[in-house]
Amino acid sequence: MSDFTPTEMMTIAAARELSNDDVCFVGIGAPSAACNVARLTHAPDITLIYESGTVGTKPDVLPLSIGDGELCDTALFTVSVPEMFRYWLQGGRITTGFLGGAQIDRFANLNTTVVGPYDHPKVRLPGGGGAPEIASNCGRIFITMALSKRGFVEKLPFITSMGHGEGGDHRERLGMKTKGPTRVITDLCILEPDPGTKELTVVSIHPGVTREQIVENCGWAIRFAGEVIETPAPTELELNTLRDINARTKKAHQGDKEAA
Amino acid sequence: MAKIVSLAEAVGDNVRDGDIVAMEGFTHLIPYAAGHEVIRQGRKDLYLVRMTPDILYDQLIGVGAARGMKFSWGGNPGVGSLHRFRDAVENQWPRPLEIEEHSHAAMANAYEAGAANLPFATLRGYIGADLPKVNPNIKSVTCPFTGEVLAAVPAIRPDVTIIHAQRADRKGNVLIEGIVGVQKEAVLAARRSIVTVEEIVDELNPPSPNSLVLPSWAITAVAHVPGGAFPSYAHGYYPRSNAFYIGWDEIARDRDSFTAWIKQNVLDAKPDDFAKHAGKPAVKAA
Repeated sequence: MSDFTPTEMMTIAAARELSNDDVCFVGIGAPSAACNVARLTHAPDITLIYESGTVGTKPDVLPLSIGDGELCDTALFTVSVPEMFRYWLQGGRITTGFLGGAQIDRFANLNTTVVGPYDHPKVRLPGGGGAPEIASNCGRIFITMALSKRGFVEKLPFITSMGHGEGGDHRERLGMKTKGPTRVITDLCILEPDPGTKELTVVSIHPGVTREQIVENCGWAIRFAGEVIETPAPTELELNTLRDINARTKKAHQGDKEAA
Repeated sequence: MAKIVSLAEAVGDNVRDGDIVAMEGFTHLIPYAAGHEVIRQGRKDLYLVRMTPDILYDQLIGVGAARGMKFSWGGNPGVGSLHRFRDAVENQWPRPLEIEEHSHAAMANAYEAGAANLPFATLRGYIGADLPKVNPNIKSVTCPFTGEVLAAVPAIRPDVTIIHAQRADRKGNVLIEGIVGVQKEAVLAARRSIVTVEEIVDELNPPSPNSLVLPSWAITAVAHVPGGAFPSYAHGYYPRSNAFYIGWDEIARDRDSFTAWIKQNVLDAKPDDFAKHAGKPAVKAA
């Protein structure tokens, strides 16, 4: 299969990171698409959790929000939001958190709060929601974001959720026992933190993408690992699964036009 | 004991200028009709509290009813920004908005502390994050047993909490099903509470799995407002209008189109107008 978009490649590459044994805290948008493609292809028994309280959900269409009725209808069970954050997330029962963000830095810290000074922001973003504690309490974190100079920045104006902080052993020094971000999946390549410095480095490049494109689209001087592989192209099954769920979702969300 | 009254009476008796007001609902069961009644009755200087202020709080902020807001995620879920909220924070229109920002985990814990009549909540939170630098209400405590340093936030104690639910019986006991969010904690943390419901029935039974009952004696007022959560939804009664949420982006982007929308759909409307949304069948996945 050769005809696919960069966003499709990103979503499918992210889906491949997940396995049947994962208990995954799912963010809305690209993470939600990736997690459900995983569930509908190679990881049918994966446990998907949305912060609205739905546990083990199997939505037929992607939710527009984290609390769509579809998620509750198809969940194994539904709990209150305080229970979700106290027992399940803080209790350490979630293996994988899947986050996105408006901005990321070279140590995988994320900003979804403000661009510019906090008191006089140039752009006021929605804020952290569940992310600050998802980032510190899940066993490990995957991040999906399109690679762009606006998003991948040298210095964040605000750290909404900590990735590897200032790098190195910063997480351990703060008492965190979880791994933090282990993979960042973009539309052009996949990044991993360097084992020592924790700086994000390119480990896999998507088909048809050049190193120059990656360098041009990143806001810091991006490094490449010693050995860089080519991301396998999407299979027919992966691509069809993603396109099917996107088509069903679009139809469902635009369906009640008379209401608007 | 909850009084069963009209929505106008419930808001008139229980929501006062300057109040700390929580209108909760985690995507599901958002009390839109009650929020619109607050706007129609001209309440001002409200301090709004909510984990996920979405379109309803965008509307209250846009009409200038709010002096401040405590929140943890202020966006239009799956769509993008809340333009009236942004206009207030970025340009002080129609008035400046004082904000106190938290994470979801902290807000959920703070409501629980309020419900439990404790002064503060503690959590393993905000590690390495910048919010504690800009919010003086995020502090820390040291565990007296292990020495671990934990985050601490003050309990939330609203003057009034407003929620929407599926059913009440004639005594005012309320049943909630589906995604229950933080509604129980928000009601129990508040001094006064209003619950709008889809139906008033003789018997709540049989409650379904996952259902939640708030007893009459823990609630101040119950009002029958079918469709009162639209464009949010009431599980088992009608679905969320995702198209409305998508459409709101354009309406709210512009001050004039927002103001015209409020006049037509809130100021010149009444609670009964929500009833037209009540009868829609809830669409279930095949």
